[in-house]
Amino acid sequence: MSTATTKYVRRYRTVASTVPSPATVHPHTRACLQPARNPEEGEPMTQENMLTGAQIVVRCLEEFRVTDVFGLPGGAILPVYDALGASASISRMVLHQQQSAGHAAMGYALSTGRPGVCVAGSGPAAMGLVSVLQDALVDSVPMVAITGQVRSDLIGTDAFQEADVVGASLPVTKHSLQVTRAEDVAPALASAWELATTGRPGPVLVDITQDAQEGAAAFQWPLRVDLPGFHPVTKPNAKQVRQAAVRLAASQRPVLYVGGGVVRADAAAALRALAEACGAPVVTTMPALGVMPDGHPQYLGMPGMYGTVPAVLALQRADLVVALGARFADRVTGRASTFAPMAKVVHVDIDPAEISKLREADVPIVGDLAEVLGDLLPVYREVSAHGHADLAPWWGYLNGLRSSYPTTEDAPDRLLSPQRVLRRLGELSGPDSYFATGSGLHQVWAANALPLQEPGHFLSPCGAGTAGFGLPAALGAKRAHPEATVWAVEGDNGFQISGSELAVCAAAGLPVKVVVLNNGSLGMARQWQTLFFDGNRVDTDLQSSPSPTEWVPDFAKLAEAYGARGITVSDPSQVDAAVREALSTNDRPVVLNVLVSPDTMVWPMVPDGVSNDFIQYRRGQAPVFDSEAGA
Amino acid sequence: MSIHILSMLVENRPGLLTRVSGLFARRGFNIESMTAGPSEVPNLFRMTLVADVESQPLEQVTKQLNKLVDVVKIVELKPETSVLREHLLIKVKADPTVRQQVVELAQLFRARVVDVASEAVVVEATGEGTKLNALLDLLEPYGVKEIVHSGLIAIARGNR
Repeated sequence: MSTATTKYVRRYRTVASTVPSPATVHPHTRACLQPARNPEEGEPMTQENMLTGAQIVVRCLEEFRVTDVFGLPGGAILPVYDALGASASISRMVLHQQQSAGHAAMGYALSTGRPGVCVAGSGPAAMGLVSVLQDALVDSVPMVAITGQVRSDLIGTDAFQEADVVGASLPVTKHSLQVTRAEDVAPALASAWELATTGRPGPVLVDITQDAQEGAAAFQWPLRVDLPGFHPVTKPNAKQVRQAAVRLAASQRPVLYVGGGVVRADAAAALRALAEACGAPVVTTMPALGVMPDGHPQYLGMPGMYGTVPAVLALQRADLVVALGARFADRVTGRASTFAPMAKVVHVDIDPAEISKLREADVPIVGDLAEVLGDLLPVYREVSAHGHADLAPWWGYLNGLRSSYPTTEDAPDRLLSPQRVLRRLGELSGPDSYFATGSGLHQVWAANALPLQEPGHFLSPCGAGTAGFGLPAALGAKRAHPEATVWAVEGDNGFQISGSELAVCAAAGLPVKVVVLNNGSLGMARQWQTLFFDGNRVDTDLQSSPSPTEWVPDFAKLAEAYGARGITVSDPSQVDAAVREALSTNDRPVVLNVLVSPDTMVWPMVPDGVSNDFIQYRRGQAPVFDSEAGA
Repeated sequence: MSIHILSMLVENRPGLLTRVSGLFARRGFNIESMTAGPSEVPNLFRMTLVADVESQPLEQVTKQLNKLVDVVKIVELKPETSVLREHLLIKVKADPTVRQQVVELAQLFRARVVDVASEAVVVEATGEGTKLNALLDLLEPYGVKEIVHSGLIAIARGNR
């Protein structure tokens, strides 16, 4: 036996309880796993009666306290829909295609911390969820996808709408299961729920054949979940935590590099407490935006390819990087071998496979972020009481970068500055608002310009970069937070992908607000072609007219056709009025069609595949950063 | 490149081999061989997997394998402290004029002739890879018609 592997050897256990120990479960999930009825008697509800597999699906969802499912009925999932129709506690939201349904479930999950549930039929319907599962996997979003499958006697015969969705989902799910008998439905769903919500959250797919949905079985609850190969480590090693505290206290140029794990563990308050105790600068990756409130004196913004100059250069000059629920993604590190070259690394993650995957950790800590941060703060206080490094020179350097390289608001051609529009949108909407984006320039502008104050309010396909995510995700978030202002921030092409869901918003009385940053082009690809392909713009300009007011479609008119309010904004002086108009319209959805020059780019930027040292503040303008504390 | 032997206790669920081999393919690691069969634990199978990776990627692949829900336990077996076995079936050309020579060679390797036909014999051999390769080298000149080589199975020596 090698020591390298025995560290990760799992202990075999024969039976696990349905209700995992509270420590291993996300707080949102803990409530869901309690027996749903008879709470006063304090005894688990156990009842036995015959139900169809489809009814068992619904009963399980009710036991998990699911209130909303997103999906489409059809073919092999109709028995489940029949049973869903009879549920008093579960609302259904039907979208126009499965990818949108999945993105709505993700918006719901990202804005609540509770698992998103989406439902689809067999074959192409189920396959339509595959890209969603990838989104949820790479961003560690809890999700349970339930798909219908052809009858079990037809599996393997190329039947109508038969597809091996379990096979297709293997690389993009935390786990996937197929159920062919009614009596296996409840154990499969109970396992799926535990897997999706425990440890590092993620998507789990349960594929249920039509005959399993139609067959009858006894329903028992609660039931035992037997997952001998699954028991995540949540309690950190105390010696490692002390090591981290010692390093942090001694570091002269520390950076807290915060990722989505802090959000998933509901540990933003603990993170802020640690940051304020140690005084270190904080950078947050895109999934973690809002963990540190915008405007906080220790907050440097987002690091990476489209990050701020201070965030990027702080990491490049750091002597200690404390990575908290972050995974050293390529969009953060640039060329990994040159990332934070002088830094020792403390890496905290609930997933042991993330630690030392891309950057060797000097202090590896496996554990739940809430537990680790809860343990780390008192130990840090104790250690630092005996002395800690003076961070004044470090802050002198960083504050110099902040004042020299502030975020900018660009508006070539006298059209609108997207950053300014987004900033005003955020300021006027207030800190309780939610913002869902697609992927592309608008996403990066939004990430940098919105004055986010809390995590879970920026809903974005961060790791997968899926276009068309914004509107359906906003719809899911609005469903979860009916009283809140929910914006979809989209590009013109992204809105064309999933804009038809505006009909759902209008019909269901969900007054989602949409801002389309309309630059008439595939802006991100166009920017790369401009910068890295000698301006050879192949297929990225989508409009034939040079005049934005003649671009097709007219998104304001399109909005009206969907029963929404449509407003075109073409002049900077109209921005505030348009946003206020949108905020005061709550009887239907609103679409702001904001005309932006195709030449407006995102800056700063690190070119692909090079060291983050090559960050460009503006086109062709590298920041001067080798000053005092730098070297 | 270096060879590592992973002995895994797994739940024998549909798709398990796909999950394991897919993980290797996706992460860019090579599998030299993979065998699976029932273990001493009811309902659990033991899979012996030989991977061709450096030690640092091996740690990563072990962690990733551990994330598969159907994988219950993984240990790495060191060749020097383990019993390693492979199984070989070889069909060799052997007409009556050379048949006796082939049979003698097989006996020298404690291999057995398990089928005899007019122009060929089937030799069965068990052992470590080096021994089986030596046998193959010696049988080669007679004309090897077909080779069936099992994956490696391995068990740690000692009381534990």
